[in-house]
Amino acid sequence: MASLLNLKIVTPKGVIWSGEVNSVTLPGIEGELGILPGHIPLATRISAGELSVQQGTKNFFLAVGDGFVEIFENNVSVLTDMAVQADGIDEAQAILAQQQAEARLKQQLSDEEVAAAQAALAQSAALLRVKKTRVK
Amino acid sequence: MASMRDIRRRIKSVVSTAKITKAMQMVAAAKMRRSQQAALNGRPYAITLHNMLVSIQSHLAPDEDASPLTLKRPVKREAVILVTTDKGLCGGLNTNLIREACKFDPANTLFVTAGRKGSQFVHRTRRKLVGEFSFQDTPQYSEARAIVKMAVSLFLNGEADKISVIFPTFKNTMTQVPSCIPLLPITELKPIGGEKTESQVDESLSSSQHSDMIFEPSAKALYDSLLPHYMNTRIYHVLLEMRACEFSARMVSMKNATDNANSLIKELTIHYNKLRQTGITNQLLEIASATSSLS
Repeated sequence: MASLLNLKIVTPKGVIWSGEVNSVTLPGIEGELGILPGHIPLATRISAGELSVQQGTKNFFLAVGDGFVEIFENNVSVLTDMAVQADGIDEAQAILAQQQAEARLKQQLSDEEVAAAQAALAQSAALLRVKKTRVK
Repeated sequence: MASMRDIRRRIKSVVSTAKITKAMQMVAAAKMRRSQQAALNGRPYAITLHNMLVSIQSHLAPDEDASPLTLKRPVKREAVILVTTDKGLCGGLNTNLIREACKFDPANTLFVTAGRKGSQFVHRTRRKLVGEFSFQDTPQYSEARAIVKMAVSLFLNGEADKISVIFPTFKNTMTQVPSCIPLLPITELKPIGGEKTESQVDESLSSSQHSDMIFEPSAKALYDSLLPHYMNTRIYHVLLEMRACEFSARMVSMKNATDNANSLIKELTIHYNKLRQTGITNQLLEIASATSSLS
């Protein structure tokens, strides 16, 4: 019996996606991270980017923000600021958010605000990248 | 004995009060639905984050756990973050929170307030207020971050050796329980879980007992980056719960007010009609006696 991964993607807005999948590819901070069933327990950080999921014969993609991931006994919990499915991405809004974040970075800001703006920039860049490559 | 005109006047004023409370009830109900949803949606995130932190903490080597935020010191001075509403008319919600706050010794407790009612209380009772924050109807993450920043600096400067948060936890629309949780220092955390997330708790319980977990880059680095994030989320969640509680409590108390006003209107109307009836009977009697004396 082929075992499956139990994937759960949680953001502050709620559980975005959960279900059984064959494999997950995560944007880890030290490079892409492919997770298959039977992976050893692992906890790490992820950066803004593309998360791809293989479920059966289908593949689908999500754009995610910074966050954390914990893998334990075929349970994968992804904890992130943002998660949007590829077909749900609003390109115009993402471009707008990108421009706003860039504008904010040019102003005189405290360290904390710079970090927030950079996070927003990375998020919108991830959104756009996923949108461009994955939605036809 | 009130005259008929007095009663008429009273009915009119009660009717307009009922209209106002009814309108406030509707507004609170609409806001309540949104804020309850936000609070409940935020719970899985807060819980998963908490449990993740617990499992990492259990893997730290004893000498590694040196983050200044986790250091326990003898408690000489305390600080309390008092989260209340801005406006009244929400039943006993604020009173209950303030009663909780009164348990702290005024002489060596600093207060940080979020919400106007709390700061009014601290001013009135001449306790020490060190920070005053406000938050919107839909709390923003940045508002939570500001509060956490203040709390962390109080703690690291040594102005407070222990920081707690007082806020209402949302059980359901009818019940909100004031609770007091320690925020800093972050010491032995226990896995928490709501009723709906028992499976999550089990998961993390077992994962925290698991000994060969791998951490990338390292448990210490992961822990340090998780800590501030954890506190921000914690406070953000507190603010969300606060709003959910506020609107629920307001809706319930406004509904009670409307019901009371309506029953008062009923009573007054009956009284008014009785008086009117008596008046008419008296007039008829007078007419009858006048005609009988004439004939």
